[in-house]
Amino acid sequence: MENEPIAIDKDKCVGCRLCIKSCPFGAITMQGKLAVIDLAKCTLCGACVEVCKFKAIAMRKPAAAAADLSAYRDVWVFAEQKDGHIQSITYELLGEGRKLADQLGMKLCAALLGHRMADQTAELTRRGADRVYLVDAPELAYFQDEPYAAVLIELVRRHKPAIMLCGATTIGRSLVARVAVRVKAGLTADCTGLAIDPETKNLLQTRPAFGGNIMATIITPRHRPQMATVRHKVMKEAGIDVKRQGETIIEKVAAEVLKSRAQRVRFVPETETTANIAEANIIVSGGRGLQAPENFAIVRELAEALGAGVGSSRAAVDAGWIPYSHQVGQTGKTVCPKIYIACGISGQIQHLAGMSSSDIIVAINKDPDAPIFRMATYGLVGDLFKIVPLLTREFKKALKK
Amino acid sequence: MVCIKQVPDTADVKIDPKTNTLIREGVVSIVNPFDMYAIEESLRLKEKLGGKVTAITMGPPQAENALREAIAMGVDAGILVSDRAFAGSDTWATSYTLALALKKIGDYGLILCGKQASDGDTAQVGPGIAAHLDLPQITYVRKIEEVSAEYVIGERLLEEGSEAIRAPVPCMLTVVKEINEPRLPSLKGKLAAKKAQITHWKADDLQGEKAGMGLDGSPTKVVKIFTPPARQGGQIFKGEPEEIVPQVVAKLKDAVIAAAS
Repeated sequence: MENEPIAIDKDKCVGCRLCIKSCPFGAITMQGKLAVIDLAKCTLCGACVEVCKFKAIAMRKPAAAAADLSAYRDVWVFAEQKDGHIQSITYELLGEGRKLADQLGMKLCAALLGHRMADQTAELTRRGADRVYLVDAPELAYFQDEPYAAVLIELVRRHKPAIMLCGATTIGRSLVARVAVRVKAGLTADCTGLAIDPETKNLLQTRPAFGGNIMATIITPRHRPQMATVRHKVMKEAGIDVKRQGETIIEKVAAEVLKSRAQRVRFVPETETTANIAEANIIVSGGRGLQAPENFAIVRELAEALGAGVGSSRAAVDAGWIPYSHQVGQTGKTVCPKIYIACGISGQIQHLAGMSSSDIIVAINKDPDAPIFRMATYGLVGDLFKIVPLLTREFKKALKK
Repeated sequence: MVCIKQVPDTADVKIDPKTNTLIREGVVSIVNPFDMYAIEESLRLKEKLGGKVTAITMGPPQAENALREAIAMGVDAGILVSDRAFAGSDTWATSYTLALALKKIGDYGLILCGKQASDGDTAQVGPGIAAHLDLPQITYVRKIEEVSAEYVIGERLLEEGSEAIRAPVPCMLTVVKEINEPRLPSLKGKLAAKKAQITHWKADDLQGEKAGMGLDGSPTKVVKIFTPPARQGGQIFKGEPEEIVPQVVAKLKDAVIAAAS
């Protein structure tokens, strides 16, 4: 039994079933009068250990590492840029990173990788960075997986940050997984909440799993840096303080570090302006209830009136009514806008997983029992072909004033 | 090579409206939906270029079923990497273990993964394997434009557009749904899947550090799992559109203006 990562003590278990209820993975069952853990299903999350009133469940502690964690200092933010422009996710990370750094009594630093961007470090300072590490090279003008990862690995080894935050964007997710592996750091994906444990000073990273049906809080107790990607639009952007002072450190890296085996051979910007729904503050989405591709026009018109992005359910994409880049949900994009308007979307669990953290959800559906209404801040039951054009007209009127 | 994962079928999952928790009864295990696109793409590459497709998965013994499903679709062989020693693996340890298994196989050209798994949603294992094996990667691929024994050109979906990337082989690719439509298994495939010998590898079969596997090899630790707080019950409007729409617009107007600024 000692080799098992988790086990129930037969002498202590009274068969109270509390652990069965607590298990998010359905891994515990009753066998006779005792609870038994199915290790194949168990993820060692420890939920059962906590609820057991009889201390009957023991989880093996991992072997202690002798790493000196105190050598790691400061909170770092990866400053994502595209085409020489710092992306808004960076300001969200600086806003959150500032709070963490203040609680820990550490500096907030930004790592900016790019080419000819020296004039933009001041913006990072104004948004709260005490120090900006700038790496300037033509190879870093746009994101490339290998040199970006190699440079970041180099910076982590040189400066040993305690925490490193990065946007859970296409770039961020592709980049930091490589970095975390090479520096043996803990990495938590797609966080929606960050806090500091007041006792241990560990970073508490909270993220949704199972399509948002459960939340998990994750720590990296024995490795540094504690790395996390953070979902876009969840954290508040740092405000601008023009008086804020900070330093910029120019980092040189060897030519070897900037090499890339993979090369971009073409870049095509998305032409439809409403396409980048991950950035949109308002999204109007259409689903199967629209009945035909041409009916997406009423969704587009409402989106246009609101300056919103156009989203869709999987059903509408699979029917070929709208390109995949608009799909919201588990197999599409996860979005977190201020306002999400769902037109003719019933609210399958996979769709809800992609938009349930929106601030305000408006649902229009003819079926009063549609699951989307359970999520909705405002639900309109009725014919969307009447309601959506009316919304467009009324919003136009209201916004003109 | 195609790396797959067995996950609970979330299409079957319903939420208990009272407790706001997952109803797990009768939930079956399936191949991660994103991995189906990776399997299909690997089969298309094989049809075009020849070669062999091997599916590999790390998981409990019953994950063998995922491999049989891949074989039913046309994959040539399946390798199950399974050991108690892997329990509690996070993405670091998982990508390490899979990388060790891939090293043992050795003669891979392209490694395909789904962009992420539908249960953990991390998207970290594909790039993680690439990092452990020091391979170039193209993530979020929606189209393989060209491929040969020397190089591959993949089109990657970015937030602001798309880019084509040329990388030398061997290379790691993670694919998105748009890339193809996975085939259904044929009758012949199903028979082959039943008969297929699945290779089993345990921790001792891999040339690696035990300290990098399972619980010990995982820097991250889950400390709490909870169900998200239920959303506040909303306001439902029924009646004539002409009456209810202005009410909703009045409620939303300020938020719309704030969102636009």
